[in-house]
Amino acid sequence: MQTRITGRVWKYGDDVNTDVIFPGKYTYSLTDPAEMAKHALEDLDPTFVKNVRPGDIIVAGKNWGCGSSREQAVVCLKEAGVGAIVARSFARIYFRNAINYALPIVTCDAVDSVESGEEITIDFTAGTVITPRATYTFPPFPPEVMAILEAGGLIPYTQQALGVKSNQ
Amino acid sequence: MGHTFAEKVLARKAGLESVVPGQIVTVRPDKLLTHDNTSDIARKFRAIGVDKVANPATHVIVLDHVTPAASETHAASHKATRAFVAEQGIEAFYDIGEGICHQVLPEKGHAWPGAVIVGSDSHTPTAGAFSAFAAGIGRTEAAAVTATGSIWLRVPETLRIVLHGTLPPRVSAKDVILHIIGDLRADGADYCSVEFAGETVRAMSIAGRMVLCNMAAEMGAKNAVVEADETTLDWLAGRTLWDTETLRRWAAEFRSDPDAAYARVIEYDVSDLAPQVAKPHTVDNVVPVTEVVGTKIDQVLIGTCTNGRLEDLEAAADILRGKHIASGVRLLVLPASREILLAAIERGIIADLVAAGATLLNPGCGPCLGAHEGCMAPGEVTVSTANRNFKGRMGSKEAFTYLASPATVAASALAGVIADPREV
Repeated sequence: MQTRITGRVWKYGDDVNTDVIFPGKYTYSLTDPAEMAKHALEDLDPTFVKNVRPGDIIVAGKNWGCGSSREQAVVCLKEAGVGAIVARSFARIYFRNAINYALPIVTCDAVDSVESGEEITIDFTAGTVITPRATYTFPPFPPEVMAILEAGGLIPYTQQALGVKSNQ
Repeated sequence: MGHTFAEKVLARKAGLESVVPGQIVTVRPDKLLTHDNTSDIARKFRAIGVDKVANPATHVIVLDHVTPAASETHAASHKATRAFVAEQGIEAFYDIGEGICHQVLPEKGHAWPGAVIVGSDSHTPTAGAFSAFAAGIGRTEAAAVTATGSIWLRVPETLRIVLHGTLPPRVSAKDVILHIIGDLRADGADYCSVEFAGETVRAMSIAGRMVLCNMAAEMGAKNAVVEADETTLDWLAGRTLWDTETLRRWAAEFRSDPDAAYARVIEYDVSDLAPQVAKPHTVDNVVPVTEVVGTKIDQVLIGTCTNGRLEDLEAAADILRGKHIASGVRLLVLPASREILLAAIERGIIADLVAAGATLLNPGCGPCLGAHEGCMAPGEVTVSTANRNFKGRMGSKEAFTYLASPATVAASALAGVIADPREV
């Protein structure tokens, strides 16, 4: 996991749900992550997929990812190139899904001081998010969670824990 | 200091004397519930590099989301699930037509007081109506549980919601939980264990309690729970592997202590509650039905893991019996399970609904997730007994979904516009 990332911001509001991040009608028909990426945020912001660049960072208000447990709502963003999500708070299943898919997520109020298109820097070692107008701190992840992120997600973590090699 | 339900269950399952909120524990869940996503979970499980599931008896697999298969892709996914079930020797597999996973799970005896259930579906907390600790997880996590038999969980803070008073006629558990979500908002219970208590809850049927627990997910709850009592034990009798005395003992063991520490205790009096409606496009956008009476509708949905139970169908039939839905309105009815469908047939409820103009669909999730059996076109309006009304949820992102009780949606089907069930 990178310890410091800088990226261009896509800013969104409160309570962005998993249906607008990844529509339910695709959840049992699309299995290819690259295909999922083409529908990321389809019902919230149609400009996102056309313009997203690798390393971009989503910055949002409270309760990002509420609603369904669908993991595709994490996968589609990671595969679209999103480097991290910074939100005031996260819905709990989304939080777990992001950790399990090794998509870095940060809980802080950066949404208050940044606009879409600006750059922010996340320093995971220092626990800071630096926007053009302010600096925020966030607490470190619990060791159990950090171990999954550092392994590159729950599948590699589980492989390490069980001492097995991947079939793929 | 006493302990909450969640603290007691997680301490016991983690083999610890006691736990505190915020602590991370590793537990071996009693049940892992998965549905149409099982094929993808099986693929992820194989990617880990393990050949045999950790414990076949843990798995409960129900095909419910897009059943019968709506396309070749869905059919291939179902086929892969059946192959996984056969290969791994999983007994608790329920194929298409058995019902919605959250209904089939308890019906077939896979939920009981103190059980830890994780499910790859956000409405897994529904099983809290039986005093199980039940929480939703994602697919990768379900694959890891399949491989290892264990999962880490953060011990949640507990929010206790105490309900007082007797519900007025034609006002039900759905109206209560919509009102609470409107009050506490979509993140009002984020990460929390929610306990529903008070005389209103004690007087509720299992169906009503399942509505409360099901929709606690819509305010961010990790799990929701109703204390097990004689109503619970009567319902569970003969369904689980254990006799009623054993279940009664567990119910007592995991009951919250009177001096437990709660993050918050909130009390409501439901005596004067009006029927409630969640307007598009969020579940917490709640108003009394009187504010939206007269809204033109195209489609009405009675069913889903929230309100597809016998008493829900009965409440709708009481309003529709001997009458006919308004012209231009489509009424879709989906019982939540085969057991419920059979009981509704026996009681004549299905005949009443179909005679009134209902289109009867097979037990399952139906159009709730916008994949088949009643998707909406741009500009159309559905009033539904489901639990979500997000933009694009039921098909077009330019369609509108209102959420309400079975009585309210039945009254609306008759009128062709959103109607107050107290005036039918």
